[in-house]
Amino acid sequence: MQFTLKVWRQKSQSSKGAIETYHLSDISEDMSFLEMFDVLNDKLIRDKKDPIAFDHDCREGICGMCSMFINGEAHGPGRNVTTCQLHMRSFKDGDTIYVEPWRSSAFPIVKDLTVDRSAFDRIIQSGGYVSVNTSGATQDANAIPIPKEDADSAFDAATCIGCGACVATCKNSSAMLFVSAKVSQLSLLPQGQTEANNRVQRMVNQMDAEGFGNCTNTGACEVECPKGISLTNIARMNREFMKSSVG
Amino acid sequence: MALSGLFLCLFLVGHLLGNLQLFVSGQQGADNFNLYAKFMTTNPIVKVLSYLTYFSIIFHMVDGLILTIQNRRARPKKYVIEKGKANSSWASRNMALLGTILLVFIATHMQNFWYVMHFGEISHYEIKGQNVKDLHHVVMSFFTPTSNSYAAFMVGFYVLSMLALAYHLHHGFVSAFQSLGLNHIKYNKIIEIVGAGFSVVVPLLFASIPLYVFIKHYL
Ligand code: HEM
Ligand code: SF4
Ligand code: FES
Repeated sequence: MQFTLKVWRQKSQSSKGAIETYHLSDISEDMSFLEMFDVLNDKLIRDKKDPIAFDHDCREGICGMCSMFINGEAHGPGRNVTTCQLHMRSFKDGDTIYVEPWRSSAFPIVKDLTVDRSAFDRIIQSGGYVSVNTSGATQDANAIPIPKEDADSAFDAATCIGCGACVATCKNSSAMLFVSAKVSQLSLLPQGQTEANNRVQRMVNQMDAEGFGNCTNTGACEVECPKGISLTNIARMNREFMKSSVG
Repeated sequence: MALSGLFLCLFLVGHLLGNLQLFVSGQQGADNFNLYAKFMTTNPIVKVLSYLTYFSIIFHMVDGLILTIQNRRARPKKYVIEKGKANSSWASRNMALLGTILLVFIATHMQNFWYVMHFGEISHYEIKGQNVKDLHHVVMSFFTPTSNSYAAFMVGFYVLSMLALAYHLHHGFVSAFQSLGLNHIKYNKIIEIVGAGFSVVVPLLFASIPLYVFIKHYL
């Protein structure tokens, strides 16, 4: 397959950046999008040019590193896939493909397609934890009965990999889907009750302090999320936030 | 945003029910409408509700403006290519634009009727000993081409504004329930259906009033 790639190149956070054009041929339809980038970088290195910086780690859809905004969509045209799990057969031979970094003031660009997502870490640090007894007499979690629906919902929320596609895709750069998943996975379980009120307040405050935008319920995040995190998590967090604000 | 928006939805229902009286023809219809208009400008409870409505519009507008400014700031650099329609509705991405159209409409609409009723030149007459202002006549002539040379333009403007309202509500109604956390897998379908119905029926009925007055002239 052949492609024309239009890739955002930016030397550093403060430099301006621009789209650059590359042509690639002999790409297999079974290659992942990142493997296609490996081929491109290999070519750039051989030509003594600066390779394109992009994040990746597991390449199996679980680490959430591979942030690429492809043809106007986070992680490209596929549904419920990360960039590393997107294959070139999802494109047509001869396509022009635009690749940009996540764009949000809370995710500053480090270089090219690499962004700094430590804002997410600070949100987790602000409240995404539970207190456990570490004295040795710790209660076995399996000894606490939990309704099946709650366990399922908590587990669904916990599948969020913190990739940031929700922020990247939201026209407001809102982090509500991520934060609501992280709030829900804990608040749905008995172990998460102790900090429930403080947690939602702290995490939402930290989210605002990081400069993420406000949710206007466009629903774009849910569509583009590689893990299918549901908007019901946002409604749940809104509920918890209001409850904890009044009492 | 959600509470003020939903309050404005309630206002719309009340306002619509009152205005639908304009479909009643004859002197009886005109009298009833004018008595109703008098009631609406003098009753103390209605006064309180009207101030609540003004407050809601202003609050909704200011809050919407703040949200929009913050949200633009959260993404200072736009994407070169953005495929919004792959993941969200047009209305949901253009609430501020639709709201601005509504604001222009509300200002024009208030000037057209509210201002005339309160401060403009308007004829009075007596119904069973009650002195009323003939707002009915003002409305009818406003949309009738022989008495207002801009009538066609105004009918067009009112109808297009109601189209904007339909889109604003198509997203807004459901959105408000999500913002308030008042939804649940079980009820989402119902909220969606009611929201879709509301956003079509209410603006359509509003739009039908100027259209009816305008077309009636040709019948
Ligand atoms: C008849 C009048 C109006 C009604 C019934 C109405 C209703 C609503 C509702 C129910 C929402 C959703 C609230 C939420 O998501 O929590 C909303 C959102 C919004 N409205 Fe209105 N509205 C009206 C007029 C206006 C006006 C005059 C403006 C601006 C000048 C405006 C601007 C906005 C904005 C910016 C949003 C939220 C942003 C978004 O969701 O993207 N609206 N409206
Ligand atoms: S909610 Fe979905 S899109 Fe957002 S960070 Fe989690 S996995 Fe990524
Ligand atoms: S590289 Fe780990 S999810 Fe894509």
